[in-house]
Amino acid sequence: MEYVDSLTGFRLDGRRPNDMRQIRGEIGVVAKADGSALFEMGNTKVIAAVYGPREVQNKGQQINNQALVRCEYSMANFSTGDRTRRPKGDRRSTEISLVIRQTMEACILVHLMPRSQIDIFVQVLQADGGTRSACINAATLALADAGIPMRDLVTSCSAGYLSSTPLLDLNYVEDSAGGPDVTVGILAKTDKVTLLQMDSKLPIDIFENVMQLAIEGCKAIAQYIREVLLENTKLLESRKGL
Amino acid sequence: MLQSKSFAKKTKQGRVIKVVREHYLRDDIYCGATFCKVCDTSAARLSASASATILIVDTNVVLNQIDLLENPKIDDVVVLSVVLEEVRHKNLSVYNRVKALCTNPLRKFFVFSNEHHRDTYVKDMIGESPNDRNDRAIRVAARWYQIHLGESTQILLITNDRENKKRATEEGISAETVESYVKSLGKPDLLDLVVLSSSVDVPMEDVEDLRPSKKKIIYSEHKPMSEVTSGLLHGIYHQGKLRVNRYNPFEAYVGSESISEEIVICGRANMNRAFHGDIVAVELLPQDQWRDGKSLIIDDDDDDEEEVHLVPNSADDVPRFENPVQPTSGSSPPVSSHPPGRVVGIIKRNWHSYCGSLDPMPMPAGNAGVAHALFASKDRRIPKIRIQTRQLGNLLDKRIIVAVDSWDCLSRYPSGHYVLLIENDINSRPFSSQVLACLPPLPWSLSLEDLANSNREDLRHLRVFSVDPPGCRDIDDALHCKPLGNGNFEVGVHIADVTNFVLPGTPLDEEASQRGTSVYLVERRIDMLPKSLTEDICSLCSDVERLSFSVIWELTPDANIVSTRYTKSAIKSCAALSYVEAQARMDDSRLMDPLTTDLRNLNSLAKIMRLRRIKRGALTLASPEVKFQIDTETHDPLDIGMYQIREANQMIEEFMLAANISVAEKILKHFSLCSLLRRHPSPTKEMLEPLLRTAAAVGLDLDVSSSKALADSLDRAVGDDPYFNKLIRILATRCMTQAIYFSSGDLSPSEFSHYGLAAPIYTHFTSPIRRYADVIVHRLLAAALGISRLPPIFMDGPQLTSIADNLNYRHRNAQMASRASVELHTVIFFRNRPTDTEARILKIKSNGFIVFVPKFGIEGPVYLVAKDKGSSDWVVDEAHQKVTKAGTKITYGILQTVRIHMEVVEPQPNRPKLQLTLII
Repeated sequence: MEYVDSLTGFRLDGRRPNDMRQIRGEIGVVAKADGSALFEMGNTKVIAAVYGPREVQNKGQQINNQALVRCEYSMANFSTGDRTRRPKGDRRSTEISLVIRQTMEACILVHLMPRSQIDIFVQVLQADGGTRSACINAATLALADAGIPMRDLVTSCSAGYLSSTPLLDLNYVEDSAGGPDVTVGILAKTDKVTLLQMDSKLPIDIFENVMQLAIEGCKAIAQYIREVLLENTKLLESRKGL
Repeated sequence: MLQSKSFAKKTKQGRVIKVVREHYLRDDIYCGATFCKVCDTSAARLSASASATILIVDTNVVLNQIDLLENPKIDDVVVLSVVLEEVRHKNLSVYNRVKALCTNPLRKFFVFSNEHHRDTYVKDMIGESPNDRNDRAIRVAARWYQIHLGESTQILLITNDRENKKRATEEGISAETVESYVKSLGKPDLLDLVVLSSSVDVPMEDVEDLRPSKKKIIYSEHKPMSEVTSGLLHGIYHQGKLRVNRYNPFEAYVGSESISEEIVICGRANMNRAFHGDIVAVELLPQDQWRDGKSLIIDDDDDDEEEVHLVPNSADDVPRFENPVQPTSGSSPPVSSHPPGRVVGIIKRNWHSYCGSLDPMPMPAGNAGVAHALFASKDRRIPKIRIQTRQLGNLLDKRIIVAVDSWDCLSRYPSGHYVLLIENDINSRPFSSQVLACLPPLPWSLSLEDLANSNREDLRHLRVFSVDPPGCRDIDDALHCKPLGNGNFEVGVHIADVTNFVLPGTPLDEEASQRGTSVYLVERRIDMLPKSLTEDICSLCSDVERLSFSVIWELTPDANIVSTRYTKSAIKSCAALSYVEAQARMDDSRLMDPLTTDLRNLNSLAKIMRLRRIKRGALTLASPEVKFQIDTETHDPLDIGMYQIREANQMIEEFMLAANISVAEKILKHFSLCSLLRRHPSPTKEMLEPLLRTAAAVGLDLDVSSSKALADSLDRAVGDDPYFNKLIRILATRCMTQAIYFSSGDLSPSEFSHYGLAAPIYTHFTSPIRRYADVIVHRLLAAALGISRLPPIFMDGPQLTSIADNLNYRHRNAQMASRASVELHTVIFFRNRPTDTEARILKIKSNGFIVFVPKFGIEGPVYLVAKDKGSSDWVVDEAHQKVTKAGTKITYGILQTVRIHMEVVEPQPNRPKLQLTLII
C-alpha cells in the first residue's frame, strides 16, 4: 500500500509527510477533579483528570521524601469502532499506564510534596492512532490545571517511516501498517527526552531523522499547550477581577 | 493551514463496521500551470503560455485511451486525483502507465489533488452514486481551473460520458469527446490511436460497422459477474487460468482448483472470446456433449498448422497436456482424461499488446482512408484482431503492435488499435542521461583510495584467471587456485564488484532493477548496465587491475571445505581464457606452466565436487543449445549446430555453484527475513506424467520419487544408441518448472530448496554484470560482512517481493526473447538451404508426430496426413505411443529415428516458417 502518494506527495488523509493532525486542548472538563483536560489529535480524543496532591490512600506505599505518582490508563469501550469489552489492566494498558507515569514523574517536582499522592486518570474516548502521545499531552494539561509544580511541560508526539518517508503523527491506518513507529516525549523548554519508544526496526541514520521529526512535533504541541494555558490563565485572572 | 473535515464510510471486513477517517482540505495545492501568478510554480509542469489549451481528462478517457495519452503530441493534461484513484481501482496496469506519464519530465502531465483542495472537494450528496459524485468532482475541478486561470486559457474537459459532457456544457465548461477533440487537432495518425467506444456511452449507430447484415450473435453472452460468483461458490462453475494450446489455437486448457483435472475447451465458440492467460469461469459440458478426439482438431477459417519451434527448456514453455488424441473410429467411447468445458464468464482479462502483421488486403477506396484490417499476431495463441486504421498503406507488410480494446459477442474477432511497442516487454532503449551521469569517468583505473580501504583486500599478487565463452566481453567471474603448505588448496572465486559502481537509489540502480537482466540474442546483447560498466570498468579482463568481490575457500584435496571467507578485493587477472583454450591447456600434457597446473588442480577438485553433488541427487539435465556462426557482413547465419559442453565449462560451473551456495548460506545467516534466494520447486506427479508415459512406451522404468531417484534412473536409462539418454534427459528437463527468485521472508525454510541442484539453499551471486539479482545479493553480502549498510529497501518486505517478482518476469522474458531470436535465425538459415537430416520422434499424434532434430535443436510437427484430406488411415496406439498405417506394416514409435526434409515455406506473406516433411 502506498502511504505517501508518489505523484502528489500527500498522505492518505491529505496531509504532507511533516504535517501534524489538527490538535485541540481544553482545560477543566471534569469539575470534580483538581485538574482536568481534554486533548484531541485529529480523531484521537483523550480525557485526563488529576487528583492531588492528597493524602496517600494506602499507607504502605507512602514515600517519605517525595510524592507518590499513580497513573491509570483506560480505553472507553466505545473508543474504537467495534465494541469489544476489554478487561481492565490488560498488558497493553498496564504498559501505557507505566509509560505515562514515568514520563510525568520526570517533570513533576515530586520532592516538594513528600508523603502525598497524585493520581492521574487518563481515558481514551476515541482512538485513531497516537493515543500514547495524546494521553501524555492531556496529562500535562491536567497537571498544569491542577496547579501541581512541574519542571517543564512534557509533550509527546509520534513519527513513523513508511514508503521510505519519515511521517509525523501517524494516524490509525498508518500506525497499523506495521512500519517503524517512534514515540518521543520531551521537556519542551529544556529540550530533554523523557520518553522514547519504537516499534519495529530502523537503520540508525534514518532513525535520527524520524526522531528529529517527532521532536519538532513535540515542540509544536508544546507551543500550542502553552497558548491554551495562557488563555486559561487570562480567564482565571478576569474571574478574579484582576 | 489545515482544515479538517471528517467523513464517514462503511467498509466490509467480514462484518460491516463504520470507519471514520480524517480528510484534510488544504489551500496550498497549486494548479501546476507555469504561467500562473497566484500559485507556487516550482513544481509546475503544464504549459508556459497562458493561451494554451489545458485538458482535463475523465476516468473513462484514461482507461480506454491510454495509448493516445502516451503519444507525445498530447500534452498539457491535468490528471485529477479522483480520476487516478478510479483508474487504480479499475485497471492497475493503466494506472501504472498514467503514473509513468505523470512522472516523465518530458511530458506535461500534472496531477491535481482535487480531493484535498479546499475549493474542489465535493461532499457526497444523498442518493448520489459514487460515479455521479466523481463526475461532479471532475466538473467542479474543471470549473475551478477555468476561474483560476482566467478566460485567456481554455480548459477543455475530455469525456466520453455523454451525461457528464451534457452537464458540463450546462455548467458552462467546455467539454469534448475524445474523437471530436482529436479530429480537431487534424492529425490522422493520432486518430488511429483513438479507441472507438462501443460502450454504452455512445449509441450503436455511431460505431462504424460496415457490415450491418452480418450482425448475428456469434458468441454467447458472458454471464454477469454476480451469477459467476455464485456459480463458483456452488461449484457449478470452475475458475482458472485459460491456457491456449500452442500447437492448436482452437484448444485450450483451464486448470482449476475446484476440480482436480484440467478442463479442456475446444473451439472458439466454447472459448467464448477468452484470451490466453485470462482468468475465466468455466462450466463443464454435459456428458453427452463430451466429444471424441477427432472433433478436437477444428478447422476454422484460420490455419491450424503447427509451427517449428525450438525445444522448450522447461515445463513452463510447453503446453502442459497433449491433445487427448483418440482412435479414429467414432464408436469407441470417449476416454478423454480431461472433461470438456465452456467459458461462461471472464473474471480477469489478460489483454496486452501483441506483435504481428496485418493480413494482406487491397487498399479500400474512399471512406476517408479509414480501413478495417485483420491483424494476425505472431503468437498463434492469440486470435486475429480487427483494427481500424487510416494509414493502411503504411502498416501493410510491417511488423506492428496492436492492443485489444473489446470483443463483443457480435463480432468474430476482437477489435483493437495499433500502437508501437516492443515484444516480450524488453527495454532496448539507450540509457538515459541521468543513468549515464552515474557512471565513473573513463578511462577508469584502480585508485589508491580503493586500495587504502581497509575492507578491500589487495589480491593483485594472486594468479587469477577467467574462463568464458569465446568472444565474451562482460567477464564477471575469475578464479584462482593456490596449493597451501598443508596439502590443501586455497581456491578463490572473484566476481566483478558491480555494487561499487552501482549505488543503491541512483537512477543507474533503478534502471538496472527495472531491466533485471541482460538479454542475449544471436549476435546481439541488450545490456542491463551501460556499456562502459559492462565491458570495461567491471569486466575482469586480463592484465588490468579490477575491483572484485571474492569468495575464498580452503579446500582439502578431496574438495571438502575447511573454511570460507568473503572479502572485497582488488585483483589483476593474468589470462582471460576461452573454454576451448582452457580445455586445450589441460589436455596438453606437455604444458607444465603454473597456470595450467592451477587449471588441472581446479579441474580435479571440480570433478570431485561434481560427483558429490550428483550423489546427493542433483539432476544432470539436458537442454539443447543452438549456436550460430554469423556472417560478419550480412549478419546471416552461416552455420548452425549444438553447443558443445566441455569439461572446462563444467569446471567453471562447479565453482560458481559452490560460490553461490556459500554466499546463500552466509546471507541467510545474517538476514533470515530479507535474503534474495533462488529456489526450484519439485515437480509434481502430474508434471512428470508425460515423461513417464514416454518412458513406459519405450519400456523404461523411471523412479521419480525424489530427485536422487530420478537422477539415478536417468543414469540407468541407456538405450541402444548414444543419443537416447540425452533425449530422455531433454524430456525430463521439460517437465520441470523454472527456478525462481524469492525473498526468504516469504517462505518457510523447507521451501527454499533447489530441486535441480539438490541444494537446500541457493542464490545468484556470480554474474552481477548481467543479472540484477546478483547485484542485490552482493549488497546483502556486503552488509553481512559489515562493509556497507543494508539499503532500507530490504526492510520493506513487500517491496523486496515485488523486486523478486520483477526479476522472475524479466528473466523469463529474456529467455523468450533469446529463443525467438534463435528461431528467427534458424528460419533465415534454412531459407536457402533445404536440408535432409535425422530426427527423433517425441510425441505421436493422430495426424502426425512431433519430431526433434538433434543437430539443430529444433522441434516441430511432421504430418502424415495432408491437411485437406479428412480422415487418415493411420492408427494411433496411445498406450504404446505408436502410429501404424492401416493395413500395412509401416509403424512409427516414440523416440524412433526418422529422416526428414527441412524447408522454409511462406504460406502467408511475412510469415515464413520452417516445414518438416518425412522422407520414407
